[in-house]
Amino acid sequence: MTESFDWLFLAEISLAGLGSGGLLALAGLALVIIYKATRVVNLAIGEMLMMSAYLFFALTASMALPVWVAILGTIVSSGLLGALIERSMIRPMLGESPISTFMVTVGLSSVLVGLVELIWTADPRRLPEFMPTDPVLLGPAMVAPKVFYGFLITAALIAVVLVVFRTWRGGVALRATASDQAAAYSMGINVPRVFSLSWTVAAMIAAVAGIVVGAIGGISSAMGAFGLSTLVVVIVGGLDSVMGALLGGLLVGLVEAWAGAYLGGEYKVIATFSLLLLVLLVRPYGLFGTHDIERL
Amino acid sequence: MRIGAAKESYVADAALFDTPTQRVWIGLAFAALCAFPFVADEYWLYLACLIAINVASACGLNILTGYTGLVSLGQAAFMGLGAYTVAVMENRLGTPFGINLLAGGLVAMAGGVVVGIPSLRVKGLYLAISTIAASVLAHFLFANFKFTGGTAGLSIQPARFFGIALDTSFRLYWLIVPLAVLMLLGAANLFRTRIGRAFIAIRDRDISAEVLGIPLLRYKLMSFGLSSFYAGVAGGLWAYFFRVVTPESFPLIMSIFFLAAIIVGGMGSILGCILGAVFMTLVPELLKIVVGWLPMSTNATLVLSPVRTMVFGALIIGFLIFEPHGLAEMWRRVRRYFHLWPFRT
Repeated sequence: MTESFDWLFLAEISLAGLGSGGLLALAGLALVIIYKATRVVNLAIGEMLMMSAYLFFALTASMALPVWVAILGTIVSSGLLGALIERSMIRPMLGESPISTFMVTVGLSSVLVGLVELIWTADPRRLPEFMPTDPVLLGPAMVAPKVFYGFLITAALIAVVLVVFRTWRGGVALRATASDQAAAYSMGINVPRVFSLSWTVAAMIAAVAGIVVGAIGGISSAMGAFGLSTLVVVIVGGLDSVMGALLGGLLVGLVEAWAGAYLGGEYKVIATFSLLLLVLLVRPYGLFGTHDIERL
Repeated sequence: MRIGAAKESYVADAALFDTPTQRVWIGLAFAALCAFPFVADEYWLYLACLIAINVASACGLNILTGYTGLVSLGQAAFMGLGAYTVAVMENRLGTPFGINLLAGGLVAMAGGVVVGIPSLRVKGLYLAISTIAASVLAHFLFANFKFTGGTAGLSIQPARFFGIALDTSFRLYWLIVPLAVLMLLGAANLFRTRIGRAFIAIRDRDISAEVLGIPLLRYKLMSFGLSSFYAGVAGGLWAYFFRVVTPESFPLIMSIFFLAAIIVGGMGSILGCILGAVFMTLVPELLKIVVGWLPMSTNATLVLSPVRTMVFGALIIGFLIFEPHGLAEMWRRVRRYFHLWPFRT
């Protein structure tokens, strides 16, 4: 081989990176929805994702339900869990400092990890196969089928969410609350309901992300680490920007994939967090986030 | 009802222990700490040392989070910096433990100041997240740096004090507990000085503090430095206590543990970090007993770790929702009740 640089390899790596980036974008979207509506940064997003993956595991492997029923069941029960979390832990913190609420979600993540380890033990598990397994060829580059179909599911869900939030009443209410809470209240929007709604929807989105992540990489109680990458995604993209979450997700996915391929697996996290520190130092409000102006 | 506690001078008003009753109690506590190793068995001595280390580190985090209002999830990483420094110096240079501990503290302090630099631009949640980033980077350094023995870590010779190897809990007690007490006293005194007051002003409203003439960056970095100095010394003690450090010794969950300790104990209170660290260190031991009572005692060890994780999380959530000022506030309420006794509070 005289060629010094393997472009095909780069292409395949990049495609895989975009695949996982799509998932990061999806989870980031869930985080952004919660942040926009309730101004809470949910550190437990990775653990909520993990919980959903385990629920899916319980429904398929232990109760032997058909995959589609199990997916629906997982989404619905995760939504309920999200609503429950909002009602019992986040609502009482209304009006407290954002830091306190953030620490509540830190506690929540710990509770969820403990719960999963208690019920399913800390051993990694595999989700049943439900996606086609033929390798996918995009031109000369080969993509792992799970990554490819996972990306399709992700992209479709993101599109649905975006359309729904443009047109549906609840979506409009959510955006109104995000842009001005007091004004939304005075226009007759039930803001506490919007809070519940945002957590429910975000938990449902996280459920889909959790199922796909679990299907690609298996599930374990350490899956919550995915949430840390998600956090990087939304910080890079801007906490209150949907566009930022989507592009940030793809960017972080690519960076992780490149670092993993060219520097070695242990550099993945380093690359991600170096990106985070860089963005925090240069543009603390993210690429697309609004820059809050502070007054005395 | 307590009467006659009127202060006649500013010095009396600003004193650390301002009433005779308090001085008596402190004296009794001091005597109890001195007598403890002679009556306690090995297990309780082990716990006492562990508690003292955790108190020191929690106290450091309280300076940063409780008093300056900068949330950090990197306390374990700073402890790791201190522990590794001590381990490397003890093994390679063989310097006395006092110098090693000081160096551990200073290295952690340098790390803390570097991590604190983003606080120039970001605060609140962003800062918390950048400290997570720092702890991930620290873990990477510990695992891949050639001084640190890679993933296998380092094992350490016991500290030597005039030829006596400090290798039992009884001997280490006399190193760890006095140091922890000294650090607590230092922190308590810090908040009677200009620097400490400036920290509190920054916590309450940082822009106002800047308007009042407190250089934000310098004081925030100072708070980071002090906090990680405490963490570094605590980490060094940790290294001497367990005599082995690995990259996995200081996980993110440990930072959460310290955060939980100061939330449970009471943020912005010296008493709080003592109560919190004692409570959080004893909770797993208590759980061990409770899990032992349960019928499925065959896999008690399997159940213990997840239950502990859950209880930590639940304690953080519960205290934040129901008692945001923590155990210290509960203690204060009890005290007030007795002070005012025949009357209602």
